[in-house]
Amino acid sequence: MKKIYLDHVATNPLHPEVLDAMMPYFRDDYGNPLSLYGPGFKAREAIEHARESSASLINAKAKEIIFTASGAESNNFALKGIAYALQSKGKHIIVSKVEHHSILNSARFLEKQGFVVTYLPVDNYGLVDPEAVRKAITGETILISIIHASPEIGTIQPIGEISRIAREKGVLLHTDSVAAAGNIPVDVQALNVDLMTFAAHQFYGPKGAAALYVKEGTRIVPLIYGGIQEGGRRAGTENVPAIVGMGKAAEITKRDLQKRIEHIRPLRDNIISSTLKIDKVILTGHPEQRLPGHASFVVEYIEGEAMLLMLAAKGIYSASGSACSSKALKSSPVLISIGVPVHLAQGSVVFTLGEGTTSEDITYFNETFPQVISRLREISPYSKGWDETEAPTCTAKK
Amino acid sequence: MYSEKVMDHFTNPRNVGEMPDADGIGAEGNPVCGDAMKIFIKVKDNIITDVKFQTFGCGAAIAVSSMVTEMAKGMTLDEASKISKASVAEALDGLPPQKMHCSNLGADALHKAIEDYKNKQRK
Repeated sequence: MKKIYLDHVATNPLHPEVLDAMMPYFRDDYGNPLSLYGPGFKAREAIEHARESSASLINAKAKEIIFTASGAESNNFALKGIAYALQSKGKHIIVSKVEHHSILNSARFLEKQGFVVTYLPVDNYGLVDPEAVRKAITGETILISIIHASPEIGTIQPIGEISRIAREKGVLLHTDSVAAAGNIPVDVQALNVDLMTFAAHQFYGPKGAAALYVKEGTRIVPLIYGGIQEGGRRAGTENVPAIVGMGKAAEITKRDLQKRIEHIRPLRDNIISSTLKIDKVILTGHPEQRLPGHASFVVEYIEGEAMLLMLAAKGIYSASGSACSSKALKSSPVLISIGVPVHLAQGSVVFTLGEGTTSEDITYFNETFPQVISRLREISPYSKGWDETEAPTCTAKK
Repeated sequence: MYSEKVMDHFTNPRNVGEMPDADGIGAEGNPVCGDAMKIFIKVKDNIITDVKFQTFGCGAAIAVSSMVTEMAKGMTLDEASKISKASVAEALDGLPPQKMHCSNLGADALHKAIEDYKNKQRK
């Protein structure tokens, strides 16, 4: 059976050149980068080279890159590190309602520590209104953190406009660019952000390697104390092969990004136009201002996890924001924030393409997805429409 | 995540559909919760001669509905009343713990259908 991976926003396969670059640091060059002899020097050099490549992908300086182990760590680091560094200046933080859990849960943690957090709403496309950011800023505001692109609905935020307001008001801006960096051109100078999170596995690098860009001169308190690794800002013996992999992936991505986008976008457009021909299917997120490989929908009358399973049984791998497909059994807060009613959010499904996706894959997808939808609609009691008498809220214990 | 039996009943659900001349209908859950099912029964001489279901929900919810209809078909009303969430889950070789309550509504819907049939008989 065909295997068609359409969940690139979850993670990506390792690029073969990346694996080749990493292998020596598992096998032969295993030195500790802090050691004062040959193998240590070699490891240190490899890390610094990776730092330059990773910086270059986002047009930063090498010294502005702090390697971490995940996007979630970088997001925690940005929020907590800035909050603690600037708490004498103020205790107010602004985030949006469509942030990743690693931002939202860090914000909730900080609220328990006495910080005040504003959660900005978004419009039906998932966009933050820059003017709403301006209005939310007070004399106490020390940090704004807005996601760059949504992994769930693909919408790309107007970070450049938000940064102008942040700059004008003298407030730091962090953006969680995990879903964007490596998938669209990202330039921290043009975006004018102070901090940015990005992760290697989103651009064919290894899992366990990510970074936080911290603009030169920005004070940040470490999450992890210990030795002098990462300039004392992130202690712990470096994961040398992973960091090398991130650097290599950044190099390849810088080289291939435009080609990848040109390959992926028409295939994605094909998925969207063909899927929207199916009755009672809605595109979620912004129609144009969205990640080039991202197609996300709400399919009425059926449930997302059932769609994923039936698609997987036909060799197509995808994701959903439905309650049943989440371990916590809660509907995606992003879908609720863009105004999708809870019963429709159950029918959420997300397809994300990658450089390995072919037009044959899309042809097969376009044949298969309507079959899956009609099969599940045959089973559904709502195939002729929602029953208006249903209780509007869910009281079942979950 | 799911047992082979769950996947079998999910991919090839038994007894799907509406029953226009049902003797009893039971509904449980709602789409806001994520799972909703309807069970239709046909009864003759106290025996469930036919069962159909319609389900909105995840893989587990569809498999549970299918299994319940298969178990109930041919049973007396008393026997079918004894079908429980636990016995359905067991017949499916188990369900993931987080699915035990929210998606395991088949037995409840069946009991409601039996109740509905009995109420109609009394009238």
